[in-house]
Amino acid sequence: MTFTPRIGVYVCHCGINIAATVDVGAVTQWAAGLPGVVVSRDYTYMCSDPGQALIQNDIRELGLNRVVVASCSPRMHEPTFRAAVSAVDLNPYCFEMANIREQCSWVHPAAETTTQKAMHLVGSAVAKAALLQPLEQRQAPTTPAALVIGGGIAGMQAALDIADAGFEVTLVERTSSLGGHVGLLHRTFPTLEPTADLLGAIVERATHHERLRVLTEAEVTAVGGFVGNFDVDIRHGHEKEKVKVGAIIVASGFDVFDARRRPELGYGVYPEVITTPEFEQLSQSEVKINGREPKNVVFIQCVGSRDQALGHPYCSRVCCMVTAKQARLVRERLPNARVTVFYMDVRAFGKGFEEFYDATRQAGVLYRRGNPSELIRRGDRVVVRAEDTLLGEPVEVEADLVILAVGMAPRADTDALAGLLKLARSSDGFFMEAHPKLRPVDTAMAGIFLAGACQGPKDITETIAQARAAAATAMIPLMRGEVTVEAATSVVDEELCAGCGQCASICTFGALTLHPTKGVMVSNAVLCQGCGACATACPSGAINVRHFTFDQVMAQINVVSDFRAPVFSAAPAEAEVASPS
Amino acid sequence: MLQIEAHPITLQYDLFDCIQCGKCTGGCPMAMKTRLNPRSIILRLLTAGDGFDLEGREELWDCTTCSTCSSRCPKKVNPMETIIGLRGAFVEKGRVHPNVKTALESTFRQGNPLTMPRDQRGAWAKDLGLKEYAEGTEFLYYVGCTPSYDPRAQKVARSLVTLLQKAGIDFGVLGNQENCCGSEVRRLGEQGLFEMMAEENTETYKGLGVKKMLTTSPHCFNVYRNDYPKNGMAVQHYTQVLAGLVEEKRLEFSGKLEKTITYHDPCYLGKHNGIFDEPRAVLAAIPGATLVEMDRSRQKSLCCEGGGGRMWLEGTNPSVRLAQMRVKEALEAGAQVLATACPFCLLTLDEAVKHLNAEDRLQVLDIAELAAQAL
Amino acid sequence: MNEQPTHGSNGRGPAALVIGGGIAGIQASLDIAEAGFRVHLVERSPSIGGRMSQLDKTFPTLDCSSCILTPKMVDAGRHPNIDLYTYSEVVQVTGEAGDFHARIRVKPRYIDPEKCHGCGLCAEACRLAGRISSDFNAGMGKRAAVYVPFPQAVPLVYTVDPEACVYLTRGVCGKTFKCKDACTAGAIDFDQKEVFVDVDAATIINATGFDVFDPSLRPELGYGVYPHVITSLEFERLASASGPTAGKITLDGTLPKKLVFIQCVGSRDRSLNLPYCSRVCCMAVAKQAHLAHDRIPGAEITVFYIDIRAFGKGFEEFYDRVRHEGVLYRRGNPSEVLRRGDRLVVRAEDTLLGEPVEVEADLVVLAVGIRPRADAQSVAEMLGLALDENGFFQEAHPKVGIVESNRPGVLLAGCCQGPKDIPDTVAHAKAAASAALIQMAQTQKVMATAHAAN
Repeated sequence: MTFTPRIGVYVCHCGINIAATVDVGAVTQWAAGLPGVVVSRDYTYMCSDPGQALIQNDIRELGLNRVVVASCSPRMHEPTFRAAVSAVDLNPYCFEMANIREQCSWVHPAAETTTQKAMHLVGSAVAKAALLQPLEQRQAPTTPAALVIGGGIAGMQAALDIADAGFEVTLVERTSSLGGHVGLLHRTFPTLEPTADLLGAIVERATHHERLRVLTEAEVTAVGGFVGNFDVDIRHGHEKEKVKVGAIIVASGFDVFDARRRPELGYGVYPEVITTPEFEQLSQSEVKINGREPKNVVFIQCVGSRDQALGHPYCSRVCCMVTAKQARLVRERLPNARVTVFYMDVRAFGKGFEEFYDATRQAGVLYRRGNPSELIRRGDRVVVRAEDTLLGEPVEVEADLVILAVGMAPRADTDALAGLLKLARSSDGFFMEAHPKLRPVDTAMAGIFLAGACQGPKDITETIAQARAAAATAMIPLMRGEVTVEAATSVVDEELCAGCGQCASICTFGALTLHPTKGVMVSNAVLCQGCGACATACPSGAINVRHFTFDQVMAQINVVSDFRAPVFSAAPAEAEVASPS
Repeated sequence: MLQIEAHPITLQYDLFDCIQCGKCTGGCPMAMKTRLNPRSIILRLLTAGDGFDLEGREELWDCTTCSTCSSRCPKKVNPMETIIGLRGAFVEKGRVHPNVKTALESTFRQGNPLTMPRDQRGAWAKDLGLKEYAEGTEFLYYVGCTPSYDPRAQKVARSLVTLLQKAGIDFGVLGNQENCCGSEVRRLGEQGLFEMMAEENTETYKGLGVKKMLTTSPHCFNVYRNDYPKNGMAVQHYTQVLAGLVEEKRLEFSGKLEKTITYHDPCYLGKHNGIFDEPRAVLAAIPGATLVEMDRSRQKSLCCEGGGGRMWLEGTNPSVRLAQMRVKEALEAGAQVLATACPFCLLTLDEAVKHLNAEDRLQVLDIAELAAQAL
Repeated sequence: MNEQPTHGSNGRGPAALVIGGGIAGIQASLDIAEAGFRVHLVERSPSIGGRMSQLDKTFPTLDCSSCILTPKMVDAGRHPNIDLYTYSEVVQVTGEAGDFHARIRVKPRYIDPEKCHGCGLCAEACRLAGRISSDFNAGMGKRAAVYVPFPQAVPLVYTVDPEACVYLTRGVCGKTFKCKDACTAGAIDFDQKEVFVDVDAATIINATGFDVFDPSLRPELGYGVYPHVITSLEFERLASASGPTAGKITLDGTLPKKLVFIQCVGSRDRSLNLPYCSRVCCMAVAKQAHLAHDRIPGAEITVFYIDIRAFGKGFEEFYDRVRHEGVLYRRGNPSEVLRRGDRLVVRAEDTLLGEPVEVEADLVVLAVGIRPRADAQSVAEMLGLALDENGFFQEAHPKVGIVESNRPGVLLAGCCQGPKDIPDTVAHAKAAASAALIQMAQTQKVMATAHAAN
């Protein structure tokens, strides 16, 4: 029995968004004459309840088996319409959208050609709709456990949240202790409280939580599987173990910029020149350089940040406040010392930061605007040469302690971790989040999330916020107990497949593997994201992506390439045409 | 009033990229002794509105084009080139110092800025029996104007010839056909003359089939390597060649030189082109020599005030000379020899030693001279 | 319209109450709902979306704000686990963590949401069409007495403004109701009354957002005196395709050729008792300067600043880009704006030139600071929450307790706790969701144990 498509076409006005530019009536009229189209309607807002009701009624009463809505981007309302047709028992994959808003009315002026373009788009959607097949959206159960990579403050906070919510968490830390870079801090801004107190409380909870297993001197060596069902290999000391988890959080932290890359600042040459992390250490005991208490302390901001010439164009976000904090510590510990901060912009943007900056200046720290050019030695001092840009003159400031505010950099071993987890990197080298505004903790890999400085420089407050955000996002599949598997995935035609593996080498999601006995490739429907790269790479044409098969796409292309501009006459429509009265 | 349009300059040199951090002025050697303030000039150009007044801005001629500013700028702005551009505006309006005018005219007419006759250019080598460069010779040894004509600098050229011959390098010279490379012409803002010279010289080298060139001066090296149109020539400074020969053991020193030597990085070798190690490698290979580093070494080397046309310009503050500061630095470092690898540095530092009456304490010598001594 | 939730609590387990339907409230709600728990999302205005729906493009990616926001709004509107109460307010909260009881007042729209399908004929017909100042458009556009705040509103249901509607304020509207006559769905109902709904919640997330500084408090800048001095929020509405000028940056039909942006208006200002930094304005201005450069060929754009706080991911690079496009950054906080003929003059010191300067302008944009909402105090009282010295909701600890408030079980999300940009807000809201989920998981366990024990 051959399948006869019974297609309903619905052209949306979207208020004036489409209707002011595209002649929706003409499009509706014309669509009615397309092969397979049983009914063609237009309406002001198809996504509204009445709009949806139109579709549902027609499915019931006219026995529609395929639906095309010509309206906005599928990113807006594909889920809406899929839900609408599902509600009356039509498979959601028998629905197709034509985007005549973002791709037509919003980018072209009102003109006949614009209406014709809308017709192109509708026509190709109808041609595809005729060839659509129902697909099953499956669910896969999730393992109610999580893995956190990195035992710094980000990792610990994320792990604690997930464990508090009732799930087993394994936390893997490469060094022998928890705490990461925060463990090296003395005090924090803007409260100036001892970091050890804050950190201590978190480490205490992390090491004693009944559902949190901390592995130190451990590393993740392999990750397989997919969201909800990851298989992780961990090397722990001399042992190896395998762990099954439903979600993975990457909290691998950062490295510190190597100040020797700006040789004119004398780091590694002059003993008087240290970095902010080194001062943090120094400030925990006696502050002495060359055996003496320094009398003139100079801080230099932006070392290894905001520097295109060094390939670090980004701002490291925390250094302005770190410097202000350390300047306060200097004033505390060395009340007779002169403290100068050379800066370009003072980025005291967070809660309490500007007030802290005010208090720092009030404490007698002199802020001078100018990015020092070099340090030279003069006798037993070093001299910082800069221009004070507000004085408009070059200045030389003698110092017996110079502290370089070094930037945060991606870890040197980022490549290895990126490879393990198939993580992308932003242009600054840190791990890339799925969307910079609305998805700050997701990655392109479902089930793998980012927390902390590995995604970009941030302070403790922001790190904890992001870690908790990652935990919340990771908890979702764990709490639901299942993940929905995308139905539009690749499928291999075993007759045509030669097992050459080109598809696997191009697949960034590891979704294609060679069948152990059949000698053909197999697509993992949960890993597959439906991107289509395999289908194009396959030399035999053996792979299709469901819902975007060769036949379906060719049908769309054929409509566009064979398109003849319609004559705007009152050609009798074969199908029923209806508009709102 | 000497008004020029500022906007085209801000666009040409991407001055909007500047964040006014002041790193340029903070490191500028001339800002140490004059009004020259690259950051401020950039801001004045950006905010100039109707026009930027060049009148009274003689400090623009103080710039030695050492490139400390441009090499350190975190936003990849090029204050040095901007200043050269402003000099060009002066040149277009005919407002140049008589010395500069003379030098430019001489370059145009005689192929050298030193007002020396063209047909005397090759005279320094007449008793050396040097080969005239022809197609197929491995290296063109480009001598340069100063080493050709200046008696002090000629010693460097002669030393270098000795070294090359000892190492068996196949090289030729252009003799009287050698024409000024145009480096200082461009730094002085005479872009039109420079382009003409670059075109002519490139034609000459192409016609001769020159594939590899070595130069005495870092200035010539820099302009051929970076400013000339793409010509397929591999250009090296002589210290790079010598360092290679030393490493391959094609040049070995059988003599000794029991001296404490400190090396002054020429701006055009160091800051401009990142060549710090090769000159040091040659010195380190000299038996008996003790190398000490001044505090201001490598990227912090103190400009001698020889570049950027300053060989012909006293500047707005001639009473303070950076070359004299440099000589003092060398003495403080405990050196007996102040080594360099640039004829301009050689001459200015040599003069400074004389001014300070320090000839008995410090000798200024080129690396080629030292190496030749140790042969 | 909302079906029974399909996972987790099955509608009988613990729920979360989220107060505020901006991006913070929406994000927190979605996370909790996706995890399987029920959410009561209460929004005071007729639509969710908040401040983000008022923006044109966002920094540093230049994404269209509504384009990335509306899918989330739609998700929140139709999520089976989210009960959406728009044009509603929480008026009372009692109880404790795990067991809160809240009373929601659903204000009368005078329109039946079941019947209205957002066609807009009522607004077209209204006697006051084009006469009422639009809040959504920051006072720069006009609407009728019956309105949706913006075309992508969720829910897409019209609302009659009780303070504008002639019938509601004066008891009579001509001979017939023009709106009722125009409505084909019979949705208009002037007899509609407010309704109170009582809900239970294990946890409460306060996500009530922010207001902006009123620059007439700095009179020397001329806001409210010179029509061509506007706020950054007003600029945003001018630049928006959904705004009063459909995206053309103009106040009087002509395009401004000289624009001057002034940073830090109502921020970093101890004389006004506003010492804090509003965090987002440096980047917002950079973005607006870019938009102006893009839309007005040949425009001369100057930004007067004190420090450029381009601290986030991609921010410094965006700042580089904007300068590269020719926007002139001048360091100095302008002192006053004056009129000279038909132009405005901004007087400042260019602190890097070390000289006072006067810059002519056709349009002056004031980067106004972020302030707590005017009613933050009353919301705080209702919820038993403390406010910090600047009037924002006080977090439990500035480093390690930024979503918790002083009241156990009540969490904070978004700008109500302090100025934030969109990525920071989303992270903060998700962090609040995490804390909420922990609370709800614990409550669920307690409930399950109690249930099993019975």
